[in-house]
Amino acid sequence: MEENESPQLTKDEKKLFEDLMPEDLNEILVHGVNRRHFLKLMTLAGGGMLAWQSAVAEQVLTRPFSALTSSDFSPANIENGVNLSFKVNGAAKKLMVDSRMTLLDTLRERLELTGSKKGCDHGQCGACTVIVDGRRVLSCLTLAASCEGRSVKTIEGIAQGNELHPIQSAFIKHDGFQCGFCTPGQICSAVAVMDEAKNGEVSCVTEDVRQTASPIKLSNEEISERMSGNLCRCGAYPNIVAAIQEVHSGKEVAQTWEFRG
Amino acid sequence: MRPFKYTNAKDVTAAAKMLAANPDAKFLAGGTNLLDLMKEDVEQPNELIDITRLALADIKLISSGTNKGGTSIGGLGKNTAAANHPLIRQNYPLLTQAILAGASGQIRNMATNGGNLLQRTRCSYFFDVAMPCNKREPGSGCGAMEGINRMHAIFGWSEKCVAVYPSDMAVALAALDAVVKVRNASGQERTILLADFHRLPGDTPEKDTNLSHGEIITAIELPKNNFADKSYYLKVRDRASYAFALVSVAAALEMNGNKIAQARIAMGGVAHKPWRAFQAEKMLVGKEATEANFRLAAEAEMADAKPLEHNKFKVELGNRSIVLALQMAINGGKS
Repeated sequence: MEENESPQLTKDEKKLFEDLMPEDLNEILVHGVNRRHFLKLMTLAGGGMLAWQSAVAEQVLTRPFSALTSSDFSPANIENGVNLSFKVNGAAKKLMVDSRMTLLDTLRERLELTGSKKGCDHGQCGACTVIVDGRRVLSCLTLAASCEGRSVKTIEGIAQGNELHPIQSAFIKHDGFQCGFCTPGQICSAVAVMDEAKNGEVSCVTEDVRQTASPIKLSNEEISERMSGNLCRCGAYPNIVAAIQEVHSGKEVAQTWEFRG
Repeated sequence: MRPFKYTNAKDVTAAAKMLAANPDAKFLAGGTNLLDLMKEDVEQPNELIDITRLALADIKLISSGTNKGGTSIGGLGKNTAAANHPLIRQNYPLLTQAILAGASGQIRNMATNGGNLLQRTRCSYFFDVAMPCNKREPGSGCGAMEGINRMHAIFGWSEKCVAVYPSDMAVALAALDAVVKVRNASGQERTILLADFHRLPGDTPEKDTNLSHGEIITAIELPKNNFADKSYYLKVRDRASYAFALVSVAAALEMNGNKIAQARIAMGGVAHKPWRAFQAEKMLVGKEATEANFRLAAEAEMADAKPLEHNKFKVELGNRSIVLALQMAINGGKS
């Protein structure tokens, strides 16, 4: 449902909002379900509801929903606006952002690239990892305003059209994820790790940092160390390491899982 | 996050002027610590002056002056670039190891060398605006003193503050006798010994460093030395990677035959600044590089430790870490 579109709630839906979010009912009847209502309903839905409520909530939650309209981001509504032009996945983008807006929020909320994930939003989990000017960085701790003229690559730009990046294929083969929330960050990070190794960059576990050999051959320990900024709460680490090792070494790595009949 | 004006500085002196003109302005470099603290409402600047595009990223040999033959690292160069520069890897592997022991690949790609020095403590009471903290809000008290202080200081703390300084890079820089070059709004330059750059908390824990508002770090200079063959950065932490130090030790030795000609030892995770173990260094000069001598030196240094309720373990950990770091150093980084 478009925000501000005149709402057409079914009787059950109206009752649902009446019961669960009475303080918001009037607003919903006049303006429709907006993003804040949606999130609130999600939260309540997570808390457990009666069966009929759940069924109705599912209807509302699964409806096409436009999070924010462009009018919310008209220059007049933006505080301390900064004009920004930069490239995202090869395409030139021009927009005005609030000086506080992070690159992550800009990608997700303004450019509709929701692949990069907001995990901790404090630079501790790596789910928001993107590649800026060839280097992996945390988009949650990068101000969009500071990206003027830069070139950003996100998970949406890693594949070549329909052809997956070898790291992406290897993640699928080796089951390098469970819930998938950290995966975009893991993959962006892994793609950059390949380049760092090619450039001969050392890590904290490199035996002798004075060696100048380049490229560097990564052991599994090296891969773990280099990927330590990307947390995976499901614990898919061994599979992630296997996937990266296979692409890095060019040699098949045994899968750590198999189907059993 | 509170609203702020985003501005750009066109050159170094202009940047210093812009900062000096606004007491509530801050420089934005890597932003990895500052933006996090702004999200937490710990830092509340009303202006961020983006200095990332200033030409202060060079790493080069110093061709004149007191540090001739040493290496200069640009204040706005990235940590990754500093760690991997051939001049650093060859001549100051201790610094490479220390930088790479800190944070994650992503953060090191963002963080600058000057910004690394200006990191603020990760004390959880400092981060939580609902808690007392003299560093964040002078006069409000110290939550950690009687609270959860497992990660906190054992040296040099005061009744006002028991926080530790978090950088790994700065610990190696302290051991390597680095010098910080800064410039002010009038374009004047001065140098500060890294060992004097950070402060002990005393009565003013809100001041982390001796940098004045309006000064910008232009470079960090490393004097030439003979430690490259025998140095090691040991970091002990709760996880194998991507965690702050419980205790870290930067150790560097220069031998004269089988005797130690010079020793440098600095510790991280134990004080409000990189802690140079001057006593231990002094005891090692002229001695043979044996485990027994390392232990005597370590024990002499750690004898002055004043642990808090939950970090008594850091004393013995510090002892053993100094010994192990020296052993690794004497063996060229191998145990």
